[in-house]
Amino acid sequence: MPKDHGIGASMKRREDVRFLTGRGQYTDDVSLHGQTHAVMVRSTVAHGRIRSIDTSAAAAMPGVLAVFTGEDFKDMGGNPAGWLINSRDGTPMREPKRPVLAHGKVRHVGDAYAAVVAETYAQARDAAEQLAADTEIEELPAIVDMAAAVADSSNRVHDEIPDNLCFDWGWIEDNRAKVDEVFKSAPHVTTLELVNNRLIPNAMEPRASIGEYFPGTGDYRLTTTSQNPHLHRLLIAAFVMGIPENKLTVVAPDVGGGFGSKIYHYGEEAVVLAAAKKLGRPVRWTAERSESFISDAHGRDHVTKIELACEKDGTFLAFRTATLANVGAYLSNFSTATPTFLHGTLMAGPYKVPNIYVNVKTVFTNTVPVDAYRGAGRPEATFSLERIIDKMCRELNLDPFEVRRKNFITPDMFPYTTPVGLAYDTGNYGATLDKAMEIGDVAGFEKRRAESAKKGRLRGMGLSTWIEACGIAPSHLVGVLGSRVGLYDAATVRVNATGNISVMTGAHSHGQSHETVFAQIVAEKLGVPESAVEIVHGDTSKIPFGMGSYGSRSLAVCGVAVTKAIDKIVAKGKKIAAHMLEAAEEDISFADGKFSVAGTDKAKTFGEIAFSAYVPHNYPLETLEPGLEETAFYDPANFTFPAGAYICEVEVDPETGKVDICSFACADDFGNIMNPMVVDGQVHGGVGQGIGQALLENTSYDENGQLLTGSYMDYAMPRASDVPFYTVDYSCQTPCTHNPLGVKGCGEAGAIGSPPAVVNAVIDALHRGGLTHVKHIDMPVSPSRVWSAING
Amino acid sequence: MQLIDHRDIAAGPEAVWAAILDPEVLKACIPGCESLTGSPEAGYEAVVVQKVGPVKAKFTGMVTLSDMVAGQSLTITGEGKGGPAGFAKGGAKVTLAPEAEGTRLGYEVEAHVGGKLAQLGSRIIDGFAKKLADEFFERFKTTVEGPSVPGDTPGEAPEEAASPDGEAGQKKGWIKRVFGG
Repeated sequence: MPKDHGIGASMKRREDVRFLTGRGQYTDDVSLHGQTHAVMVRSTVAHGRIRSIDTSAAAAMPGVLAVFTGEDFKDMGGNPAGWLINSRDGTPMREPKRPVLAHGKVRHVGDAYAAVVAETYAQARDAAEQLAADTEIEELPAIVDMAAAVADSSNRVHDEIPDNLCFDWGWIEDNRAKVDEVFKSAPHVTTLELVNNRLIPNAMEPRASIGEYFPGTGDYRLTTTSQNPHLHRLLIAAFVMGIPENKLTVVAPDVGGGFGSKIYHYGEEAVVLAAAKKLGRPVRWTAERSESFISDAHGRDHVTKIELACEKDGTFLAFRTATLANVGAYLSNFSTATPTFLHGTLMAGPYKVPNIYVNVKTVFTNTVPVDAYRGAGRPEATFSLERIIDKMCRELNLDPFEVRRKNFITPDMFPYTTPVGLAYDTGNYGATLDKAMEIGDVAGFEKRRAESAKKGRLRGMGLSTWIEACGIAPSHLVGVLGSRVGLYDAATVRVNATGNISVMTGAHSHGQSHETVFAQIVAEKLGVPESAVEIVHGDTSKIPFGMGSYGSRSLAVCGVAVTKAIDKIVAKGKKIAAHMLEAAEEDISFADGKFSVAGTDKAKTFGEIAFSAYVPHNYPLETLEPGLEETAFYDPANFTFPAGAYICEVEVDPETGKVDICSFACADDFGNIMNPMVVDGQVHGGVGQGIGQALLENTSYDENGQLLTGSYMDYAMPRASDVPFYTVDYSCQTPCTHNPLGVKGCGEAGAIGSPPAVVNAVIDALHRGGLTHVKHIDMPVSPSRVWSAING
Repeated sequence: MQLIDHRDIAAGPEAVWAAILDPEVLKACIPGCESLTGSPEAGYEAVVVQKVGPVKAKFTGMVTLSDMVAGQSLTITGEGKGGPAGFAKGGAKVTLAPEAEGTRLGYEVEAHVGGKLAQLGSRIIDGFAKKLADEFFERFKTTVEGPSVPGDTPGEAPEEAASPDGEAGQKKGWIKRVFGG
């Protein structure tokens, strides 16, 4: 019988009780006495020089309390990039200042250059419209196309950066000559040019921030939509506003999804804090959906040429890629890491390919900044690899299943160091491929294809075998790779006198189910019911520290910090128990919530020990502090490397080009599983997002840098009818070797592995239908693109 | 968006040219134009109300005439700010060529929108711009030619055509009013 609680149980999500009954407390739900409302004034042109801003009329309008422009923030620090990347020639990346409010120039449609604060939202909005009318911006030619941007020095996003190039990165530069040599003599070379389409995150809850200032103490408090409140505190305090960290509290209450877009610090957060100080009243701002489209960091946006050198039997010899990656108008906090160390380092996939060279040129354009979005760099790497492998199989008439199997790193080869700098600790890629073929019923495909053919539909099957480096952490590694921060995490386990437990975690839950799953881990480890465990997150004044939730790191990094803190609690409990039971500490064992003396029936319950720690009447005070609270910081030895095999089946209507997804089978290796139901949900959501990217979502700018897909009328989000019932399996488990939970992370998997499976399936369907002239279709594989490809 | 088309107008190039330079004609022909003041040399200030999909806005801005070659060609450029709705700008390169029956008025229209108008209305903006351009040049043709038969002009009821002389004179068409006949 499956467990009904503790590690491995599909416990229902405790947070859903409040979410499903409308009792969640999101930033916009917070209402404060004396609060005021801020509205941003945003550029309607993609590129322009601010000639004049006349604030007088707006400032005199009813209810208006303050008007801010870029001039008011020009002496503040810039919002920094978190990773330093060096170009191939050793020069550091170009880092233009990203001001709180645009100053001098506006650089994308949606770039905020002023803010109005008023008594009511409507008043602020009216005044913002007046201010926009009183602003003169000289429109400059927009820089939208990446290739044109780097070719033309006369038009610059940042005046001081002549070729709009942030950096030209080679990974690994020492591999380059050898890789070129292999390509010259390779028996077969496949080439593919592809686009990884720009995506807009579209979290269900738009960004929102409330600034407060307490003049009596000089303290600031920011309530905001953040995936990582301590990171926000660090960026705002140390880099932008120059507030001592201990004078700024950042609270991220319930947050309705982020997918990466809420990792970053945005200018609005500094505006509400500065305005709160100036006015002595709380200042709130909530994005409208239209603002989210033009101000939340976008994702992906790579243009790549990838080449594969191989033997005629499909044995890989080398990969070589050249990518243009769009960073948009400014460097968002992780924007330089995403196309480099989260992308180039994954270019080996799960394969033993001896030679790899990756080149990424990162380009400034007059578009919304681009940064990490669910998967972040790894979906781009996986898509390039899995598409070109599929193309090579067609060129050489090889079986895509067998070619992948032939090239897999095998279980006896771990730890395995790739030519792009990662050391995979463990895995069994053949096992997940077998499992995917079983649950995807590959054997029965031909019958299903024949059924589809009777309906006039072309049926195809697409495979993707993916790997990712996640649990984004090891500080010594990311430090070498250019990170300007450490990426450990922290947790405090506080056992209260009455035996219940508060666990303060640096990880922030905005859909990940921490409140449920972390409680299961604590309950299991301490032998207490989950109901006795409270998970506290999202408040820098309550939690010890933390780098937040992204990169599938919550469980593999912060979850382990929780267990490390529990280990300390148990160790101290043993000391207390030894005293109370008059036994030697080494004779005390802890199991099922009881401290027992080995070989006797003498025991104290966890609750008795907790009580004794706070009411230390019979307690070894000479050698032990009272209280039962422990904090652990955990910095892993390596990334974790979840991997899997995805099989997608589609039907293509050759008359209309419409693609329907018939089935989607996922066989993943996430290591040990804490809550299967939550893992199911993460995979479903990730694959849904991947299908969205593959079939529907596209971000389109016109030549003037106007966002044309700026609402749900034009930006196609996947709906329930667009996705199938998924078949999800994670029974192939090779536990992570370097964390005590043996977990690997599952949050991004679906979004990484699914897009190439979908596109491969579409190409397969067309080829099986005799339409072999179609070599590739860029995402989103919309009916018009499929129809155009079919009809040449 | 770009649009290339033409209209054949039953009037000589000089007459058509003079009509283009007449602010009253421009005002009458620009769909949704509430006011238009100024001169061909200095440019016009215009107020235009338009609804594009979900966005309705009052645009205020400048209309300028440039590259003028009398009787042959000119460029009409307009740029309007619609406040929170964003902005619209565009231009038409107009050429006049004599034809047996009158004048062939050729136009190449280019239109751009920005802000909310682009963000929310991009799907329909091309069709909208084409409709506006068609409407403008159709009205222009009608205004210059005048209705061939009383009551022929869309929206003009027959009884209006029979109204007192002054107005009836106007309805004969701009060309007859200016050049007599």
